[in-house]
Amino acid sequence: MSAIRVLAGTKKGAFILTADGRRKDWKISGPHFAGWEVYHLKGSAIDPNRIYASQSSGWFGQIIQRSDDGGLTWNTPGSSPDELKGPGGFPQGESNKFAYEGEAGTHKWYDGSQHPWEFKRVWHLEPSLTDPDTAFAGVEDAAIFKTTDGGRTWRELPGLRRAKGALWQPGAGGMAVHTILLDPKNHHRMFVAISAAGAFRTEDDGQTWVPINRGLKSPYELPDPDAEVGHCVHRITLHPSRPDVLFMQKHWDVLRTDDAGGQWTEVSGNLPSDFGFPIDVHAHDPETIYVVPIKSDSEHYPPEGKLRVYRSKTGGHEWEALGNGLPQQDCYVNVLRDAMAVDSLDSCGVYFGTTGGQVYCSPDGGDHWNPIVRDLPGVLSVEVQTLP
Amino acid sequence: MIRVLLPFHLRNLARVDGELRLKISGPVTLRTVLDALEAGHPVLRGTIRDHGTLKRRPFIRFFACQEDLSLQPPDTPLPEAVLDGTEPLLIVGAIAGG
Repeated sequence: MSAIRVLAGTKKGAFILTADGRRKDWKISGPHFAGWEVYHLKGSAIDPNRIYASQSSGWFGQIIQRSDDGGLTWNTPGSSPDELKGPGGFPQGESNKFAYEGEAGTHKWYDGSQHPWEFKRVWHLEPSLTDPDTAFAGVEDAAIFKTTDGGRTWRELPGLRRAKGALWQPGAGGMAVHTILLDPKNHHRMFVAISAAGAFRTEDDGQTWVPINRGLKSPYELPDPDAEVGHCVHRITLHPSRPDVLFMQKHWDVLRTDDAGGQWTEVSGNLPSDFGFPIDVHAHDPETIYVVPIKSDSEHYPPEGKLRVYRSKTGGHEWEALGNGLPQQDCYVNVLRDAMAVDSLDSCGVYFGTTGGQVYCSPDGGDHWNPIVRDLPGVLSVEVQTLP
Repeated sequence: MIRVLLPFHLRNLARVDGELRLKISGPVTLRTVLDALEAGHPVLRGTIRDHGTLKRRPFIRFFACQEDLSLQPPDTPLPEAVLDGTEPLLIVGAIAGG
């Protein structure tokens, strides 16, 4: 029988939640890296036991961890104590070195002045679809890095910051590459999203990038509401069968593009609020999408104190509330941008984690929800692996 | 031998218990102690001082003999009591945040 492994990054460590395909009886492992912020963990699609994790701390900076056994054991690639005994030479300890290429330059600061680029942390790790030793890291201050040696060393793909990077400006949460999407049909193409710069696309393995923000409108956030860059994109997603179609949860507005970002169209429809963070696509129906509306930019909790996922089976515009099994009164948690995921079992499972430490699972595409665990530290990210 | 005490999270990261004891050849300064520490525990590179610049991270402090050595130039000799092993060099995560 298939099995499910949920990788939850939290404010105080990582947790691994496992169950068989029925998704009823869960085992919880953790905290891994106890006491550290774990912004994101993600497994390789071609070697599911290879998992990369971003561990960070305001005191001690960035650490990259890697597991080759599905999360049972972890090592800092190229700098672990075990490698001191190995024959491959002295470890360089550079798995946490994220140095911008060349002159780092400046980006726009909160007050409109220019501010030097400074590495703070890795927000998102995206393993390659073809090579377990290759992965991409989205970092704050916004940039994308690549490893081809299993995380031992990282090199920036500086072309991204050449896409008008001097005009990018942090939002309240900083300025980070928080989403990286790899096109499964065209391995030279990637998409990223940056708060608060917008969405970008490369067609040449990350060497050059173009902003793909036409159709986004930010009337309250930007002097020019139709600006080419500067939009606060919270999350983008795609279905692997149809990578020209992207869905976006922006600061305000839910949108879609049918031409890989050439033009975006708002599909917020009848949502009670079109402010939110995560957005995801059903594993088997590319027109079924999920969001978690939040009351407003000033009130980061669900409208009416009711935690509801909204599902559209029409690719947007028409939405239905899904709250069966979720708290429907006095609930004031948030769901962060990287904290929703789906599995690929026949009956698609949908998962999300909250800032209140709950991780919920719906084994039937959103119709019914159950808590896997209720009292973790605030959940920063959720990824799901469907194992054979 | 130079005694070094790491904060809790760095002890876990480096997989060490209690104090470390480092053998330093030549002058014993913050720089040479940290060089030896990182050579023996490469996982600590970038966690106490930045890669490249080797500047102390903002919320890391160095103490010995009840003195804050954090702002001393890194090539300043450490106190005699650290050199002879009477006192440890303390690497501390500053009280910050809440």
